[in-house]
Amino acid sequence: MPLPNVFMIVPSAFLSVLIWLVLLSALLYAARVPIHRVILSASRGLHRALRLSAFSVQRAEDRIAERNRQVLLAQGREAAERQIEREFDRVDETVHRELAGYPDLHRRMSEEITAIEEEHKNSQDVPPTPPGWTEAVDAVARIPAKADPMVGNILEDIRKSLVKAHEKAITEYRRATGERHKLLERMRPHWRNLQQQVADVDRNINSLLERSQAIDRRMQEYEETVRGTERAVRMLSSSTLSQFFISLVVMLIAIGGATINFHLIARPMAEMVGGTSDIAGFRTADIAALVIIFVEVSMGLFLMESLRITRLFPVIGALSDRQRNRMVWVTFAILFALASVEAGLAYMREVLMQDQLATSALLRGDGSSEAVSSSFRWITTTAQMGLGFILPFALVFVAIPLETFVQSLRTVLGILAVGALRVLAFFLRLLSSGSRYIGNLLVDLYDLLIFAPLWIEARLSERGRSTQGAAEGAGSGTARATRSGTAGESQDSTEGEPA
Amino acid sequence: MKRLVIFLTILAGLVLAGCPQQAPPNRGVYLLLDTSGTYTKELDKAQRIISFILARLNPGDSFAVARIDTGSFSEKDIIARTSFEDRPSVANQQKRRFRDKVGKFIDNVEPAKHTDISGGVLQATEWLNEVDPGQKVVLVFSDMKEDLPENYVRDVPFELSGVEVVALNVTKLRSDIVDPRKYLGRLEQWQKRVEQAGGQWRVINDLDHMTGLFSG
Repeated sequence: MPLPNVFMIVPSAFLSVLIWLVLLSALLYAARVPIHRVILSASRGLHRALRLSAFSVQRAEDRIAERNRQVLLAQGREAAERQIEREFDRVDETVHRELAGYPDLHRRMSEEITAIEEEHKNSQDVPPTPPGWTEAVDAVARIPAKADPMVGNILEDIRKSLVKAHEKAITEYRRATGERHKLLERMRPHWRNLQQQVADVDRNINSLLERSQAIDRRMQEYEETVRGTERAVRMLSSSTLSQFFISLVVMLIAIGGATINFHLIARPMAEMVGGTSDIAGFRTADIAALVIIFVEVSMGLFLMESLRITRLFPVIGALSDRQRNRMVWVTFAILFALASVEAGLAYMREVLMQDQLATSALLRGDGSSEAVSSSFRWITTTAQMGLGFILPFALVFVAIPLETFVQSLRTVLGILAVGALRVLAFFLRLLSSGSRYIGNLLVDLYDLLIFAPLWIEARLSERGRSTQGAAEGAGSGTARATRSGTAGESQDSTEGEPA
Repeated sequence: MKRLVIFLTILAGLVLAGCPQQAPPNRGVYLLLDTSGTYTKELDKAQRIISFILARLNPGDSFAVARIDTGSFSEKDIIARTSFEDRPSVANQQKRRFRDKVGKFIDNVEPAKHTDISGGVLQATEWLNEVDPGQKVVLVFSDMKEDLPENYVRDVPFELSGVEVVALNVTKLRSDIVDPRKYLGRLEQWQKRVEQAGGQWRVINDLDHMTGLFSG
């Protein structure tokens, strides 16, 4: 018996469908109240579960945000402490360097001043004045000597003697003046020294003032960070994000440098460790080259840590100064050795390349190209060796962006996590509201399927009410109220409850 | 500190995945040179092929060149064979010596009376199995027409699983030009024989396009 025939109640298909529809409508109408309850209970349950989830996610987001805030403030506090510490170190250094020499400076300045005073005193000695009786001589010279030649001769002699004495006095005067000028000239370097020392003091004082202003600013920031103000959090957050991206760019550049370094030494490594062996599917020569680069980066990290430029390893930071200095020299020596090895490998690479080119040319039966390129070969070789030597030292500085990257990564990940949780909470709330409305919609759709029995029910209840109203007429208000109340309750129990 | 370790591990993983190359499988190449009749004149082409192969082989690869003679299933027909050393510089020297050895042979080669391709393939398979490289290639520089002396039995089944047989520069004989079905039939027969033995078959006639000689 074919399947469609199973549903044939009467021979006519149309009638069968009609009968089935009537039966189904009756069945669905009978099950209307429990099914409404099921749908609405399910939607309410889903709504509450989703709301609860959204609330949990929201709480997790708040917790992470709070944790981020604490981490950010802690990092900011630490950074501010480091900067303030550094400023104080500089102030301390300046004070120790300059003010420790202050007695000496004072002594030197006193000496200079004494020297100036002495020179000044010496320069105050009055030079011999020219004779005061010049006028008398002039008077004698004006006596007419024509009357008596003897008198004329005597007067002439007197005049000559006087002129001679005058000239002598003038010479002496000039000499004394020159002496004073020399003394004054000797005072000049003392003045200059004094001026220089005063300028030094002025510069140091200004430097201290600048430092104190910087410390004031830092302290202000530090106080805000300690108080955990919104402004401090905002500033730290934006600063961390920019630091993250800057350090990321620098790290990418460093990775580019490491890649070039790798290609520079991977090929000649095959000459040392063999070109055919492999470790976990990768060529041993490549792995060896990578290991050398990683060792260089590690040495760079230790060097920077020992120099206290970075603070990635607290153990190194806690070492005594003597041990740190030793570590600086040891790491530098290893780096230098590795850089030399790389330079050698770069040279070997060039030799191998030339050997391979020569072999290829020989196999092609073409030996002419070698002579042309050989005159410029030293440039390539030197450049490769230089790169091989410099790149390891350049990689040392990766430690600085690495530290910034690692520190800012925590904040960035925290911000991303908060963002993701916020989006999740939003979608959960959206689904929660949606589930509630979907429940109502399903109830309405269900009623739409059984619209015919519902319509009949509405008509019947309407007729029943009108018949009852006509029979009872003007019945007691209390009884009507009671009935209507019961009807209202029954209506509530069927329609109101699921809602 | 913990974050730093995680970060460095990820970085190392990324660099390991990005920079180093996967170690290629070592290759074993066995070249059979037909020295019979007209093919003696084609040996300069064979020398070009040998140079091409030498230029592309890496340290750790193996290469042998043998002639197809009256009875090629014999060690004495191997002209030169070598497995290149690990160190690239030594491998380069080996390549030069190999080329010189093959050059000397080609300069003094005498035409063979018969052509024992099957014997040569058997010999190549044996050698390749002994060397056991990651990739096995048998190159046959011949017109693929077998001409065996009397009493020589060559209908033995090959065992060529994992071996790629490449026919190079398959010259058309006069009879092929008269009836191309012979040429096509010959190639088809060899293909069937190789594939039945579990090997792969290829024909490269344009020697200017040998870049795809080694797969992978």
